[in-house]
Amino acid sequence: MTSALSIDNLRKTYGNGFEALKGISLEVKEGDFFALLGPNGAGKSTTLGIVSSLVNKTAGQVSVFGHDLDTDLTRAKLCLGVVPQEFNFNPFERVLDIVVTQAGYYGINARRARERAEFYLRKLGLWEKRNERARMLSGGMKRRLMIARALVHDPKMLILDEPTAGVDIELRRSMWDFLQEINAAGTTIILTTHYLEEAESLCRNIAIIDHGRIIQNSTMKALLAKLNVETFILDLDRDVQVPPTLEGYDVNLRDAHTLEVDVEKSRGLNPLFEQLTAQGYTILSMRNKANRLEELFVSLVDKNL
Amino acid sequence: MHSQLLFTAFWTIVVKEVRRFTRIWPQTLLPPAITMTLYFIIFGNLIGSRIGEMGGFNYMEYIVPGLIMMSVITNSYGNVVSSFFGTKFQHNIEELLVAPVPNWVILAGYVIGGMARGLAVGLIVTVLSLFFTDLQIHHLLITISIVLLTSTVFALGGFINAVYANTFDDISIIPTFVLTPLTYLGGVFYSIDLLPSFWQGVSQLNPILYMVNTFRYGILGVSDINVGFAFAMIIAFIVVLAAFSLHLLNIGKGIRS
Repeated sequence: MTSALSIDNLRKTYGNGFEALKGISLEVKEGDFFALLGPNGAGKSTTLGIVSSLVNKTAGQVSVFGHDLDTDLTRAKLCLGVVPQEFNFNPFERVLDIVVTQAGYYGINARRARERAEFYLRKLGLWEKRNERARMLSGGMKRRLMIARALVHDPKMLILDEPTAGVDIELRRSMWDFLQEINAAGTTIILTTHYLEEAESLCRNIAIIDHGRIIQNSTMKALLAKLNVETFILDLDRDVQVPPTLEGYDVNLRDAHTLEVDVEKSRGLNPLFEQLTAQGYTILSMRNKANRLEELFVSLVDKNL
Repeated sequence: MHSQLLFTAFWTIVVKEVRRFTRIWPQTLLPPAITMTLYFIIFGNLIGSRIGEMGGFNYMEYIVPGLIMMSVITNSYGNVVSSFFGTKFQHNIEELLVAPVPNWVILAGYVIGGMARGLAVGLIVTVLSLFFTDLQIHHLLITISIVLLTSTVFALGGFINAVYANTFDDISIIPTFVLTPLTYLGGVFYSIDLLPSFWQGVSQLNPILYMVNTFRYGILGVSDINVGFAFAMIIAFIVVLAAFSLHLLNIGKGIRS
C-alpha cells in the first residue's frame, strides 16, 4: 500500500531554542485513519504544522503521497486538506465566500468552486447559513465550516487538529460519522485529539508523541492489547458496608452500593459475576472506570516523564 | 501548477481584496473623497484664489495632480498594509500557506489588490476635481504609467510593513511618521522652485517628489524634475521592493514559525 505520509528524522527547534521535535519518524498508509496523540506541548501541532507548510522544519524529510516537501511542494499541497485547531477564517467573510475562495487558491474555477462548496456545505449542514458572516456561526458550525473548506479541493489526505474541541456530544457523533464516511470513500485521515474515546472509536493506527519523541507507534488493536488490567465500576442493588471478598480480583468500595474492581485480562469477567451472584448480589449496571486508551495513554506518558 | 490554475489562484486573491475594500467602503472609499473635496474647497478655491499662479497654472489646477497622486499613494499602501496584517493577525494567511499558491502569486495578488484601491480612489478624486477645474491631460501615456508604477511601489511598501508589523500600532507608524511628511513635502502643494537652494537639494532626496511631479507633467506638462530619471528611479524601487518582499515570503518572515 502507498505511503500517504512519510516523516523521517524530523526535527524542529524554535527561535527561542525550544526543541519541539527531536527526530521523529512516522509512516501513515493510504486510506488509514490515524491518530497522533500526546499531551499539550508534546509536538503534535508542530508536526502537523510542518506537514501543512505552516511551520518551517529544522531538519528531516517529509513526503506526502511520495511528493517531498522540499522538492515537490506543490503536488504535496494538492494532496492535503488541513483543519487547524484554532478558527483561522476571516470572521467578516460570508460562509460561502470562504469556501469558494479556498477552492480558488487550488486553481478551481469559480463555477466549479461554487458547486463543490455547495456540496460540502450541504453535507455538513451549513448550506442554510451560506450567506451569513462566519462570525455569526456557533462554535460547532465554525468547526464544520473549516472541514468544508479543507475538503473543497477533494484532497487525498485530511489533517484534523482537534476537530471536535468544544463541540457538543451530538455534533461530535455526527462529525465522527462524516469522517468515517469520507475515510471509507478513500480519504486518508490524520487526527489529533484529547478525546481518547474519539481516537479509539475512529482510528486504526496510532502514534503517541511526548517531549518531541514518538513513544508508541502501532495499530490501535495492538496497543489496546497491552492493557493488562481494566478497572470496572459495578452498581449493586443494595448497600454494602465492606467490600465483598472476590477471589482473584482487587475490590474497593466506591460508595455504599458501588464497587470498583480491577480485572486482569487473563481472568475475564465470568468468575466475577459468578462470585457476586453466589454472594447474593445483583449487578444493576457496569462500566469502565476510564476509557481503555486513556488508561494506556496516561501510563505511557507517565513512564516518559 | 498549470498557468491557468495559477491565474485562478491569483485572480481569487485579487477578487477577495477588492471585495474587502468595497465591503467596507465607508472606511476605504468615502473618507478620501470627503478629505480631498475639502482640500479642493479650502486650498484650491478659498486660499488658492489669493495665492495666484504656481508653475504657470492657477493654484487649483496645480494642486489637483498632487492631490490625486497623494490619494493613490496612501490608499495603495493602506490597503495592503491593513489587509495583509489583518490576514496575519486573524491567521487566515494559513488558508494561502497550505494551498499550492507560489509566493510570487500571493505577492502579485496583494499588490494588484492594493493598486485596485489606490486607482479606485484616484479615479474618485479625479472625478471630484472636475467639479472644481477642467483637467486637460497633456500626456496620457505618462499619466497612466506613472500612476500605475507609483501605486505598485506603495503597495509593495505596504506589504513589507505588514510583514514586519506585530501590532496594529506598527501598521500606522510608517504612514503617519514617514509617508505623510514625505507626501506633504513632495511637491503636492508647491513647486520646489519656491524653496531656498539648500532645501531644493534636500527635497530632491524625496522619492515622492519625483512621482508627484511626473504625474503633474503628464497632466499639465510642467515638472520640477527630470521625468526620464523619475521613471528609472521608480522602476528600480519596484524591482528592489518586489525582490525583498518575495524574499520575506520565501523565508516565511512573520507568517511561519
